[in-house]
Formats: sequence, C-alpha cells, structure tokens
Amino acid sequence: MWLYFVRRLFLAVAIIVVAVTLLYVMIHAVPGDPASVILGPRATPELRAELRTKMGLDEPFVVQIVTFFGDLAVGDMGTDVFTNRQVSTVVFEQVGFTVALIAASIGWSALIGIPLGCYSAIRRNTLIDKITGVLSVGTIAIPSFVMALYALLIFAVWLKALPAIGAGDEGFWDQVTHLILPAFAVGVSWVGYLARVVRASMLEVLGENHVRMARAFGLPERRIVFRYALPIAVLPTITLIGVGMAYLLSGAVFAEVVFSRPGIGALIVDAVDSRNYPIVMGCVVVTTGLFVISTTLADMANALLDPRARESL
Amino acid sequence: MSAADTDVQKSPGHDAESVRGAGALLQAWRLLRRDQLGMFGLVLVVLMVGSAIFADLIVPYEPSQILVGPRMGPPSWEHWLGTDHLGRDLLSRVVKGGQVAFMVALASLGAALTFGILLGLLAGFGPQWLDNVFLLLFDGVRAFPVIIFGLATVTLMGPSLWTVVFVVAVTSIPIYARIVRTQTQALKNNEFIVAERAMGAGTGRILGVHVLPNVVGPLLILASMDVPLVITTEAGLSFLGMGVRPPTPSWGTLLNDGYNYIRNSPWPVIAGGIPIVITTLGFTFLGEALRDIFDPKLRKDL
Repeated sequence: MWLYFVRRLFLAVAIIVVAVTLLYVMIHAVPGDPASVILGPRATPELRAELRTKMGLDEPFVVQIVTFFGDLAVGDMGTDVFTNRQVSTVVFEQVGFTVALIAASIGWSALIGIPLGCYSAIRRNTLIDKITGVLSVGTIAIPSFVMALYALLIFAVWLKALPAIGAGDEGFWDQVTHLILPAFAVGVSWVGYLARVVRASMLEVLGENHVRMARAFGLPERRIVFRYALPIAVLPTITLIGVGMAYLLSGAVFAEVVFSRPGIGALIVDAVDSRNYPIVMGCVVVTTGLFVISTTLADMANALLDPRARESL
Repeated sequence: MSAADTDVQKSPGHDAESVRGAGALLQAWRLLRRDQLGMFGLVLVVLMVGSAIFADLIVPYEPSQILVGPRMGPPSWEHWLGTDHLGRDLLSRVVKGGQVAFMVALASLGAALTFGILLGLLAGFGPQWLDNVFLLLFDGVRAFPVIIFGLATVTLMGPSLWTVVFVVAVTSIPIYARIVRTQTQALKNNEFIVAERAMGAGTGRILGVHVLPNVVGPLLILASMDVPLVITTEAGLSFLGMGVRPPTPSWGTLLNDGYNYIRNSPWPVIAGGIPIVITTLGFTFLGEALRDIFDPKLRKDL
C-alpha cells in the first residue's frame, strides 16, 4: 500500500517536471523571445537586453531550467512584469475563487447526477431512463462556454433573477448567489457524465454474483441497492472527477470570463492579453499542478477503496 | 471508461454482432439505419459539413459586408438569424464560420493522427526504454488543461488559425499515440507476426502491412468522435479573442461579439451558439452509434 503511494507520488512529480520542461523547450523552440514579446515591437535593443538579463534569459538553457525548478521548489515564480509583485502571491490570491467554483460545480452535479444514474440503472429501459440517456449525451456535448453564455442571457439578462458579474463581497449569501450561474454552466454537463457512468457501473455491479447471492437470501431490493451495490458503483466516479479536473479547469476559465469572476482563468486571459509573461507561466504551472494533484489523489483514493487498483502501477 | 463499454455491449436494442473491416460497411449502414439517434446525428452532421463545403454558394450576403439594414436586428425574412452590431448578416457569418471550424478540425486531426500513429508505432515496437520515455512525454503533455496550454501558446506565437491547429494537434497526439502503442504491443507477439518474422519480413513490412491496417480503422472512428472537441477548442479560443482573427468569421468570434453586446441584443449570441450545439450534438450522437456498431473497445486504454 505505502509502496504504491510512494511510487504514485514519484510519478506525479515526474509528470510535473516533464510538463514544465516541455513548456520551457517550447518557449525556446518558438521564434522570438519572451523579452520582446513583453516589450512589444517598439522596444529598443538596450531595453530588451536589460530585460533579458533581468529575466535570466541570457543564461544557457540548462542553467535557466535548473534555476526555474530551484525557485519553484521554494515557491518563487518570478515577478509580475507590470506591478513587480511576486507571481506566487498574485496567482494564489486568485486560486481560491477557481477552486470554490470547481468544488461547487462538481458538488451540485454529483448530488443530481449520481442518484439519477442509480435510478436509471434500477428502472432500466423505462421512459425516464431513456430520456436521461439522451439528455446525458446532449449535455455532455454542449461546451461549457456556450452553456455559460445562454445561462447569462436567460437568467441574468432576461429574467434578471441572478447576479451576473463578479464574485460578490457582502457576506456569505451574496457570494453564494454569485456562484450559482457559473457553477451551473460548468457543472451541467457533469450531471449527464456522472449519470451515465454511475448507470453503467451500477448495471455491472447489479449483475455480479454477490448481489445475486444477496437476492437469493431474500434481502429487500432497497437494501441490496443502497448497502451492497451503490458503494461499489460510485467508485469509477472518483477517477472520473480526478481526470476530469482538466475539463473542469477549462470550464472554469470560460465561466470566469463570461461572468467577470475573479480566478485563475480570468487572471491568465488578462495576462495573455497584456503579454504578462511570468503570470502566464505561473498560471500554467499552478493549473498543471492542480490537475496532477487531483489525478494523483483520485488514484490513491481508488487504491484505498479498491485493492485491485494497487497492482496496476 | 471500461464500465461504459460493457454497458454498450449489454444494452438491448442493438445487435451483439460486431462488424470488422471495410467490406462490412453495408452491414454497418443497415445497423445505423435502425438507430434513430444515430441517424439524427448523421442528418445534423451532413447538414453542417454540407453547409461548410458549399458555404460560398449558400451565403445570402457577403459575410463581412456591412449592410445598410438594421444593426443587431432580430431574425426577419431578409436576415434569418438577425444582424450583428455592425449590421452584418448573421446567417452568412454562421455558415462561413463553419468553414473555418471544419478546416481547423481537418488540419489538426490530420496532423494529430499522423504524428500519433508514428509515435505510437515507435513506442509500441521500439525498445522498452523508448516506450517509457514516450509514456512520460505523453503524460507530460496531457497534464496541461487544453485551454490553459492554448493560452500559453498564444502568448508565444500570437493568436491565429494555425496556433489553434498547433494547440489541438499537440494535445491530441498523446491520445492517439497511446492507443496505437497499446494495439501495437498487443499485436507484436501475435503468432501471425512471429510467423511473418520467421519468414524473414523486416520491421517496416510488419508495421506497414500488418500492424497499421489493424490500427487505422478504429482510430479514424475515434478521431471523428473528437471533432466536437476540436471545434469547441477553436470556438473557445476564438471566443476569448485568442484564436481566429477578425474579420474572418468564426463561431467563437461571433459569440465574442455577441457577448460584448449581450445587454443590447440577444441574437448574435443565440446565432453563434446554435451551430456549435448542432455540430457537437450531431457528431456525438453519430459517434455513439458508430461506436456501438464497431465497438473498438479502445477508450479503455486511455
């Protein structure tokens, strides 16, 4: 068990190192250098040289990347080009908003999606099951930013029922009402996704021998489903959410832009617009880290709950 | 995804017989015709792809022509989807935007398939250490959320249609390469390959004649199911102003324009979203039906 955890953690660190290295290689492979990107076309050569030295771009590639990892290890991701603030401070100010949005989205969609999938599996081939099936595929197919725009249009512009701008500041409830629309837009395709996966795995579990034995003992169906089948059937959702973190993050980027919410997504879009290069790097590193952490945690949770998963690494 | 696959096998209403090879296309068509949702998807796909191919013949107005008529007008007989903030005809822009979307999809999926197959064959057939290196690289690339990776790339390369193609290709290569790798490894030790090798066939012949044909068919189906993903990425980046540049119409830039004027008029946003929804729904329904028919059981390997 512990061996598995250690190996999984090692793999996670390796993936982050490889990802960041790839990013670095890409930066160097692309024509033009970050200094001229930041300064724009009208910069003088002297200015450019000065910034290059300041950002350490004159050093050999290997030295640069070792320095970068060394700084990263102590939480130093450079300074914002415009305000000279620490990138780590700027990024971590925003990360909380994004994490709250993602948690709210996955929370409400799990609350609805998992019972829906269960119900579909038990009442298989009924009208409700079929409608759920079609709706699941439908909602999975609709991209989150289209959902966000339509939600904005219907609930904020036409009905004027919910606030559409910002994260709210006056107390807890205000923040909650500001979360509703973005969380709806990000989470709605997850309802369908989770319902589908839970339905499929529930059907599989209900066909297994231990469930048949429980039936043979004459246990009530309700007890079989909730006590014996459901705990096993929800396992795949853990992996799904872990791997789905990438989609959740992408969804959050759009939701933050559409609803003018603070967060990593809004930060990186602004930074790309203003060519604030260190901030972009910081955001990429942090989101990549979030993704790798979530897949690692999901794998570990899976290993804890399902002994068979431990042997796969 | 293994759970979903087993469900597909068990689900009633479709035949358990699976179809293999190009000779069975007719049978596949017969199975597809029985699948209502799949046929619905096919109709949507044909509609969208057809309108993109014949865009120049269909468009009622020049897409970037600024007309004298109403600005941000509602749908009318002259402008079926209304007009945007400059008075341009939205239907024309939607149809023309489809051309951009499918061009990006074709270019990026083509590149991703080519490199994915090459790298997958290398990883699957090469020495163990190469396989390990490639796997780590694949995992490294997949660790970036697509949109975040896209935004970082745009900072470096500037926003353009080709940046979008590059982003989609690079982020999809690992997916296809992994599938090809797993398939290759499964085939590598098959008896007919060993026999071929015993008869003196080189690695090139084994890969080209035996491994590749076994891999390409299912991969094409998977790639066609990924079209919505590509189109969403293109539209998403363009919506953020980081993709296709104006005045080239794209569904994403339509949404971006509409978003800026959403409190004045809902029509641009509605017009920009509809084609994306239709396309993604069409490809998803069709893809689901095709997967039921061919059942490549490949998504498991991801």
